[in-house]
Amino acid sequence: MLEIENRETITCEDGRQAEELVLNVGPSHPSTHGVCRVIAHLDGEVVTKAEPVIGYLHRGIEKMAENRTYLQVIPLTDRLDYVGSMYANWAYCRALERLAGMLVPERGEYLRVITCELQRIASHMMSLGSTGADTGAFTLFVYAFDVRERVVELFERLCGSRLTYNFVRPGGVSRDMPDDGWTDDVRAFVKGLPKQLAEMDSLFFANVIAKGRLKGVGVLDPEKAVALGATGPVARGSGVDWDLRRDDAYSLYPRFEFDVPLGSNGDAYDRARVRLFECYESARILEQALDQIPDGAVVDETLPRLITPRVGEAYDHIESARGSLGVFLVSDGGPKPYRMKVRSPAFCNLSLLSELAPGHTLSDLIVILGSLDPVFGEVDR
Amino acid sequence: MKIEELREHLCERHPDLCPLFSLEFGDGILVVDAEKLHDAASDLCDLGFDLLGWCTAVDRGTFFEMVYRLRSRTMQVGMFLKCQVPRESPSIASLTDLWPAANWHEREVYDLFGITFEGHPDLRRMFLPDDWPGHPLRKDYADDRMIRRPDYF
Repeated sequence: MLEIENRETITCEDGRQAEELVLNVGPSHPSTHGVCRVIAHLDGEVVTKAEPVIGYLHRGIEKMAENRTYLQVIPLTDRLDYVGSMYANWAYCRALERLAGMLVPERGEYLRVITCELQRIASHMMSLGSTGADTGAFTLFVYAFDVRERVVELFERLCGSRLTYNFVRPGGVSRDMPDDGWTDDVRAFVKGLPKQLAEMDSLFFANVIAKGRLKGVGVLDPEKAVALGATGPVARGSGVDWDLRRDDAYSLYPRFEFDVPLGSNGDAYDRARVRLFECYESARILEQALDQIPDGAVVDETLPRLITPRVGEAYDHIESARGSLGVFLVSDGGPKPYRMKVRSPAFCNLSLLSELAPGHTLSDLIVILGSLDPVFGEVDR
Repeated sequence: MKIEELREHLCERHPDLCPLFSLEFGDGILVVDAEKLHDAASDLCDLGFDLLGWCTAVDRGTFFEMVYRLRSRTMQVGMFLKCQVPRESPSIASLTDLWPAANWHEREVYDLFGITFEGHPDLRRMFLPDDWPGHPLRKDYADDRMIRRPDYF
């Protein structure tokens, strides 16, 4: 196991000698957003070194995938990022569709965009809510979970499940929108969303205590963000203008008009606020997608039940709520993947913690960890 | 810059790398020898591939195949860099000096495949405990707790 040693000796201002305090945070603690352990070296209350230790939720999903047929892998991808499982479904299906040369009917593709943008709102609400809870503003948590609950209810009506959807399938999606007024309810939700977001913005982001807790905490400069592999709102909070929806223009995204919100200071405040603004953009995309969606099939019905792609490999990525999520599939021509690799954005973003935390207090360490928005199902896989 | 232009650009500057270059789904694939990996990677880094998305290994039976995913934000192209690592005492140069993002990805490959990365600043296991026997993503890995699914297909 990891040894806790190498404690530095600190010379105090009055010349006395002191020793660093090594504090073990986690792995099971509410403020670590899952099962993350951080070994924090403290000089008084200031963190001098923080080292994340992960693997407490490692289930070996990549190994398990090698023992299942291509369709049986989809429920496993749900368990990667359990706050936004539509993304992993979609990324996996895109890689598989490339590998097996499948086409998706237009209505199916629209449904994927609609569910994934709803998912982005739900996932960002989770992140914002926990940012509020981390900084002592539990009210924001309640407001954010009100919004998240509406999305989760819509998903429940769509595919019967609130957390692990298993909705995106190779060649389309598992079912069409229910005809009990689901579309109208999505429209009503999207219409009311900007008001709810503005309320949260003025409630939390304009608050002087929230500003005091978040501004200038965990500043990440854009060069470092790129070099260390940060993507998604973490990179965009630092002003890295990089969004796969626009820059790789996959799926139907070229048809929609949306902006990519950017932060300027790269601190926890900007990262959280970028997430809030992304929800406005998701609402814009949703409105356009609901207007444009054509009739027709949602899945290619001619596909075989047992998928046996060609020998070869394929990779595809999408912009998830946490950053670029990619799936790399290697096939030996059989019914099971020979190798599946998941490029998880939360894993890459979490690696920034040891860069960002030193110099901040222990309570800011929790804020920085929260601002990276890790989901440990995806970090540990 | 499109991937075809990148190919010409690469051929001009590094004629030895050109025959190793191929295309699939609009991404470039460059297969190099393990000894030349670091040189090729640093050339690509200079060409403007500023993002190392991920790296992983594939157990090909007689050897391991290392796969690096690079992307350039300025050129908007993706690239795969591949090389073979022998199965016996597998070892390869670390790319952490070119892209610091490689740090955790290489630790993950070390943990799950047992490939060592020369020059890595902090090569420790990523997910599994330090005393875990073997490297689970190798195809020949087995332990007592593994449940074999019946082979229906």
